[in-house]
Amino acid sequence: MGQLKNVFASRWGIIGVGAFIGILAPLLQKWGNPGNMGICVACFERDIAGAVGLQRAAVVQYMRPEIVGFVLGSLMAAYLFKEFRPRVGSAPIVRFILGAFAMIGALVFLGCPWRALLRLAGGDGNAIFGLGGLIFGIWIGTLFLKGGFNLGRTEKTYSSVGWLMPLTMIGFLILMFIFPQITDQPQSGILFYSVKGPGAMHAPLIVSLLVGLAVGFTAQRSRFCTMGAFRDLLLFRQPHLFYGLLTLTVVAFLTNLIVGQFHPGFVKQPVAHTMQIWNFGGMVLAGLAFALAGGCPGRQLFLAGEGDGDAAVFVFGMIVGAGFAHNFGLASSPTGVGPHGIAATVIGLLVCLFIGFTMRRKYA
Amino acid sequence: MGTIVDARGFSCPQPVLMTIDEIKLVSKGEIEILVDTDTSKENVSRAAASKGWAVTDVKEEGEGYRVTIVGKG
Repeated sequence: MGQLKNVFASRWGIIGVGAFIGILAPLLQKWGNPGNMGICVACFERDIAGAVGLQRAAVVQYMRPEIVGFVLGSLMAAYLFKEFRPRVGSAPIVRFILGAFAMIGALVFLGCPWRALLRLAGGDGNAIFGLGGLIFGIWIGTLFLKGGFNLGRTEKTYSSVGWLMPLTMIGFLILMFIFPQITDQPQSGILFYSVKGPGAMHAPLIVSLLVGLAVGFTAQRSRFCTMGAFRDLLLFRQPHLFYGLLTLTVVAFLTNLIVGQFHPGFVKQPVAHTMQIWNFGGMVLAGLAFALAGGCPGRQLFLAGEGDGDAAVFVFGMIVGAGFAHNFGLASSPTGVGPHGIAATVIGLLVCLFIGFTMRRKYA
Repeated sequence: MGTIVDARGFSCPQPVLMTIDEIKLVSKGEIEILVDTDTSKENVSRAAASKGWAVTDVKEEGEGYRVTIVGKG
């Protein structure tokens, strides 16, 4: 299998995967997910934080099966193609902090890079400012990378270490079966379920899980990454991943047109606000954090699925960051930024700069 | 004999940056790059090709790959 050419890694492979996600994400919205949120890794991890009570914002609590599917789909692909490589040890604490602040930045904007593209594809003009911020943040990241920034080498480890994130996801899924959603009840056993708001909007469990598995599988094969798309373009004029991102956006736009989900404008967009400076600023923080950590939130899940324990730490950082974001009033809402969102964004940028400036050395 | 770039343990974009740095340094000849994931193998091969270098050999080695690239300068 090692010598077999990976068709997903070809140009048409990444374009195909972009198209695949570009069709499925708007369909997930049609099947029940919130507006322009067919897939949003940050939002969904935030909802998971809510489901287990790490944050108690009543409108964003749901154990999103898409996230479970992303990790397990990647795990399956990795095993099938002999790419499951358990590895850890590349500055996990830094990745945790970067994950937490990436989440805070994303929640100031109200979406991860995936949702920024889907918001644009749904006609939400505010996403332009978010994407602008994302690209600017990634560009700052490329300056650090050019200057020698790196998080150090990983080391091979026990298979069980690589299994911890997939097992956690299986555990989350089992919790959903033990404590299933009860209509109009905010709680089922130990799990919280939103009865209104975005957290109450979701496709059927099995549909979400299957789409998640399919996306996780194909994304692992193709190395799809929304941060890497811009980073590679800025850093070495390599457009490979960007083709996938572009295809996703265009196909999602066309799918939205067909199913009647394209509503151009700036005001009253679903789960969005119009404070453009902070749409931009939040995503500068998220983009920089993703660039320093080497992957967008989706890619971190796929890496975690193929045994990367450091990516798994980043994911847990994001989930804990979501707890902070909602408990401390850092997350935005459709009415605008949270009471402490601006302060958190500034602090997050300072932390990222501190990490970026201090972690540079020649490859040892 | 060419030079060896040991990019094992690094994830993207470091292996590519290290390869491109080495290509700039030696400008032609043979470079062997050691990587430990399929993603790095693909990325390094793609980067070398975009710099006009030919990927002449990819060998499985230990837990990863030894990618050989040749540039005519």
